[in-house]
Amino acid sequence: MPLFTVLALAAGTFALRLAGPAFRDRLRLPAHLQELLSVAAPVLLVALLATATLTEGHGFAGWARPAGVLVGGVLAVRRLPFPVVVVAAAATTALLRLCGVA
Amino acid sequence: MSSSWRTLDRGILHDIALVCLADAVVGASFGAIAVGGGLPAWVPITLSLLVFAGGSQFAAVGVLLAGGGPLAAVATGLVLNTRLLPLGFAVADVLGGGPWWKKLVGAHLLTDESAAFALQHQDPRRRRAVFWLCGVALFLCWNLAVALGALVGSAIGDTAALGLDAAFPAVLLALLLPLLDRRSTRDAALIGAAAALLATPFLPPGLPVLLALVGLAPAIRRTTATTKEAR
Repeated sequence: MPLFTVLALAAGTFALRLAGPAFRDRLRLPAHLQELLSVAAPVLLVALLATATLTEGHGFAGWARPAGVLVGGVLAVRRLPFPVVVVAAAATTALLRLCGVA
Repeated sequence: MSSSWRTLDRGILHDIALVCLADAVVGASFGAIAVGGGLPAWVPITLSLLVFAGGSQFAAVGVLLAGGGPLAAVATGLVLNTRLLPLGFAVADVLGGGPWWKKLVGAHLLTDESAAFALQHQDPRRRRAVFWLCGVALFLCWNLAVALGALVGSAIGDTAALGLDAAFPAVLLALLLPLLDRRSTRDAALIGAAAALLATPFLPPGLPVLLALVGLAPAIRRTTATTKEAR
């Protein structure tokens, strides 16, 4: 990844952070825009979750990875600690691959 | 400022320490996953120092590891960070006044966590003290953890055999669950994820995730409808 990517993301993020403190006297965000921004984040993250779980390049990622993520998901819903969730997901996928499941 | 530190009781310090610990675990996974996926160690480390927003760091690295271009990575990360805009307005009074450099440093320390802690308090002095303490503590913990994770990640050999590609979505899932408690958010996310998956065979990597924003369409129609009614 070129340094440009890091710097562009950093500059844009800082501008988003500073806008509130810098313009609070002159500007107010409309309520429906606030509402929309708060939904945009989970929408993007779920899409990233879905594509990172199921796809590799332009195709299907195979069964081992989604199976691991599913195990992690079940543990997360049951409120197990974060490290347990992540390690269980990776271990499930690793075990399945060891058994020859792609 | 030294007097305002004394207004913090042990309960708050305890809560902030817990949040730092939890974020450190996430940060270490971020460093390990980024380096394990094939990125050089300076990438997760500088991302953490300069961007300092976990979700967007994961998103940008996720897009890059999937083969997406730098523009798609930056766009995804920035859309995720748009939530910092209303957060910044919410805590603007905390960063108001004082010298300009303090405003700049304070803005960089704005995160979901530091804003949430600050907004729990009404008294301006307490609010300010909590914001700065949480912000500085998180910045230190997060960056140390990411660097540590990156070191560990570079020691890992075959990441596919270890199932590390499943670790990244599992991290996302664990972080996401609390955000999905509202039905309208869940619906929008499901529509978006379906659109992204359907587009994956046809679009260059990185773009399908951005396409997921079509899931916001019902929410846009709903909010414009209610705005009209209000008029």
